[in-house]
Amino acid sequence: MVTTEATVLPDLEPPASRANRTSGANRPGRRSRVLITVARIAIVGFFALPIVFMLVSSLKPDLQIFADLGSWRAFAPVGEVSLDNYAGVFDRVPFWQFLANSVVISGVTVVLGILINSMAAFALARLRWRGRGFVLTLILATLIVPFETLALPLLWWVNKLPSLEANGFSLEFSQGWLNTYHVQIIPFIANAFSVYLFYQYFSSIPRELDEAARVDGAGWFAIYARVVMPLSGPAIATVAILTFLPAWNSYLWPLMVIQSEELRPVMIGLQYFFQLNVSWGQVMAYSSLITVPVVALFIAFQKSFINSIASSGVKG
Amino acid sequence: MTTHTVAPAQAEPAHPTSTSTRGRRRALKGERSAAAWMISPALVLFALFLLIPIALAFGLAFTDTRLISPRPGQFVGLENFAYLFSDPVFWASVRNTFLFAVVVVPVQAGSALLLALLVNAKVRGTTFFRTVYFLPVVTSMVVVSLLWRFMYQKDGLINQALSGLTGGLYSPIDWLNDPVWALPAIMFMSIWQGVAFHMVIWLAGLQTIPAERYEASEIDGANRLQQFRFVTWPGLRQTATLILVTITIASFSLFTQIAVMTQGGPLDSTTTVVYQAVRTGYQQLQTGLASAISLVFFVLVLIVSGIQRYLTRERS
Amino acid sequence: MSRKIGRIVAASLATLAVAATAGCTSAGSGDSGGGTIELWTHAGGNEAELGVITSMVDDFNASQDDYTVEITDFPQDAYNDAVVAAATSDNLPCIVDIDGPNVANWAWAGYIQPLGLPEETYDGQLAGTLGVVDDEVYAYGFFDVALAMFSRESTLADAGVRVPTVDEPWTGEEFADALAKIDGLNRFDYAVDFGTGGGGEWIPYAYSPLLQSFGGDLIDRSDFQTADGVLNGPEALAWAEWFRGLVDSGYMAQASGEDATADFVNGTSGILYTGNWADTTVREAFDDAVVLPPPDFGDGPKIGAGSWQWGLTTGCDDVDGARAYLEFAHDTKYFVQYGEATGLIPATLDAAAEIPAYAEGGDNRIYLELADQFAVVRPETAAYPYISSVFQKATQDILSGGDAKSILDKAVSDIDRDIQQNGGYEF
Repeated sequence: MVTTEATVLPDLEPPASRANRTSGANRPGRRSRVLITVARIAIVGFFALPIVFMLVSSLKPDLQIFADLGSWRAFAPVGEVSLDNYAGVFDRVPFWQFLANSVVISGVTVVLGILINSMAAFALARLRWRGRGFVLTLILATLIVPFETLALPLLWWVNKLPSLEANGFSLEFSQGWLNTYHVQIIPFIANAFSVYLFYQYFSSIPRELDEAARVDGAGWFAIYARVVMPLSGPAIATVAILTFLPAWNSYLWPLMVIQSEELRPVMIGLQYFFQLNVSWGQVMAYSSLITVPVVALFIAFQKSFINSIASSGVKG
Repeated sequence: MTTHTVAPAQAEPAHPTSTSTRGRRRALKGERSAAAWMISPALVLFALFLLIPIALAFGLAFTDTRLISPRPGQFVGLENFAYLFSDPVFWASVRNTFLFAVVVVPVQAGSALLLALLVNAKVRGTTFFRTVYFLPVVTSMVVVSLLWRFMYQKDGLINQALSGLTGGLYSPIDWLNDPVWALPAIMFMSIWQGVAFHMVIWLAGLQTIPAERYEASEIDGANRLQQFRFVTWPGLRQTATLILVTITIASFSLFTQIAVMTQGGPLDSTTTVVYQAVRTGYQQLQTGLASAISLVFFVLVLIVSGIQRYLTRERS
Repeated sequence: MSRKIGRIVAASLATLAVAATAGCTSAGSGDSGGGTIELWTHAGGNEAELGVITSMVDDFNASQDDYTVEITDFPQDAYNDAVVAAATSDNLPCIVDIDGPNVANWAWAGYIQPLGLPEETYDGQLAGTLGVVDDEVYAYGFFDVALAMFSRESTLADAGVRVPTVDEPWTGEEFADALAKIDGLNRFDYAVDFGTGGGGEWIPYAYSPLLQSFGGDLIDRSDFQTADGVLNGPEALAWAEWFRGLVDSGYMAQASGEDATADFVNGTSGILYTGNWADTTVREAFDDAVVLPPPDFGDGPKIGAGSWQWGLTTGCDDVDGARAYLEFAHDTKYFVQYGEATGLIPATLDAAAEIPAYAEGGDNRIYLELADQFAVVRPETAAYPYISSVFQKATQDILSGGDAKSILDKAVSDIDRDIQQNGGYEF
């Protein structure tokens, strides 16, 4: 898409040394500080209230949720408050199993996604070979294909693919990828957007670093692994979050390809609460339970996501 | 791709002066083979899980294949397309998809930038506010849509709040059941859900602007607005493109919100192309027709991304 | 260069294959043979129903040594998609449960085969609980659900309207009058809640009986080839105008709340139209709760029929074993267990007699009577899933105030086009 990376870094100074001093130039005065804080707090309500509504409702019996719906009480843990809905959730679904599955699926997708997409981006951004412009364009062209429109042909297709299965000590081929972990992972590893993000970021890292390493006798893989990747904390964090969220929230695909309960991810678990009588309290409790790990992860990751430009410790 | 032209020139002197032409050729060859090794895994995955399904969809679009049927699909030429182009619901979905993108892309990008500036100010509590603002992003879209379905009810929280604020002057709108308001309501919710993600991308962009530029502009006596215009904004150009692309992708794939909140109604005011493709393919079992919708969608999206590419190129 | 690329591609494929192995250990395959019979159910997360299924299966497994039945449960909303995905990839188990209206479509598609149990097995079974296509029984169910209206004696008394009975239901005019009077009490936000906030299969299940009571239908049932004249005839238009009229007059919400039963119990609506699964909640909330038959709009009161039923797949390796199980399970004992656990209507009269609530004079007897006298199964045609989808949209458009005539004409032309494209869905 845009290829203006060279203009962004005219001084070719390593990103980190600059960022330490970033935008600290104008620390606002006292009055604007108060204004800013007031604005920030006002906006907190806007973003947090629906989530508070979810958490609070998860503590109430169904009838109370609906009775409170039209007033401030919807946001307050008042009335018949208990953890019954959570008890109900653990009774009804194998929550820990679903959670473990989602952790494995999202985790492996993220790790392999970072590895494979960053390697591809490295080849595109920092190596010279014929046809790379074409390949880059091709990859970028696939950016805007929403998964929903491909799910059906993909289902048909993965069912034709061979799987290797361990049968005792011998390996056997069997047809079809349905009902496995890897069918929830492998199709989502290569990601045009991740390639694009890495490509952009790699292009902004000074090439002198490569050349210096070449002079020291390093091969391209070593440069990738020891020079470029360690400098790419923010890109890695961005790709990690971008890959993690859809993997964690994926719903349509596991529905189509997973039959056995032992392999189901957390989002499918939500469906267990929509019976003839929907138990909304449990829906809210379950939703809260599956949201908490992601929030925790963001809190852990946001440092590198935003700050690591300042702290990724450039040794180049 | 500017880097491509810059790099070799800078690279030459880095090579030891004794390097012969043969040696350089060998180095280039090594570079090519490294590139091939690094990009192949991603390319194979793209081919398997993107290109092949796209090709399958392409083929199916010209048949009357059914998801469930004892009759094999038959070639029907352009019949599916003829039906689509004469179907008012399809046109409504094209119109809504564009309407959604045209409103959401600038509004979401703009509010995300405002938020980022607010959060980037050197005032205490930044981490806390950033985390709270980010909560909707990490909450699954299915859950978010359910929550807002409650809040948009006619006697729901939003109407209560609005009539409270206006002292009862406001007469409640049945948001999701009013053909005029349903799509704006979904736009608003989608922006609420996604804006903080782009706030974080803007933030990362803000951090890369060197502090010296702010210092210099201060010495020149620039005010806040001028600083934004001449320092901040030019430094964010690359980030802007990234944000434009991400939001456009998300807007065009609008599906989950529709499926959970309105099923395309009332009176086709919220149906979208992807929603129609899924509804036709799964609920109505018309795989062939659904593939035709997907195909038209790909073409639309290619045109849009072509235009976008042209525009971003002109700016830089 | 190109040979090199080829080698690299091969290497990458090998990596993929290894990755594939890693994930494969817990993969189950469709038919494991060796006397094991797989059974899928939609009852995941529904403890009551799943409990009965588990006990039936345990009993069967203990009763003989030849076969072992294994249960896999899915949450209801995910179940149909899972079966369709499995069917397109030849991964179906031997025994599946099926939502009644889908039986014909799955039979036509070749997913399921006739059960092949002796005719007399089904004596005394409610018609709506048998999946009959082309005169063959493809599935049987243990229970059914009835639609009814709930209200309170106090509400009706204060409004001054009579309490209708199965023998003497309200006429259309009486119903209109009752709504006007209940609305006049100014006690409720809405006089009636038809559950218009619901979506999916709820819409044809709940509203096509109203259409049928007006004299219309989803399709012409003489040969299931066209919807013309029945879904867009004067009767259907009358139904559409009546339904939208309830919104216009303010008696009913265009889209009711997320949980109509909770709203009713919380005092939002005067009359609730829903399935008898709401019975317990309503009776617990109100001492003077009353169950009313749906109104008679001309062709008599009608309610939907056909809930979950059990079928036998065509790909089953062990038809004898599966049949043995299905025959074993068709025992009054289990019909009683189902009825007691779920509170829903037992599918046979013998079982009903053994459940106090459903026996003569029991609190729930009215549901059995409604199911017995007024039930109309959704059209037993393979076109049903398509018809259902079209009807869902049409009904929602009508409730949203669209032009009924053009909405129903479009629905008819879509349905007829689909039938014609599928060669009339002939067997």
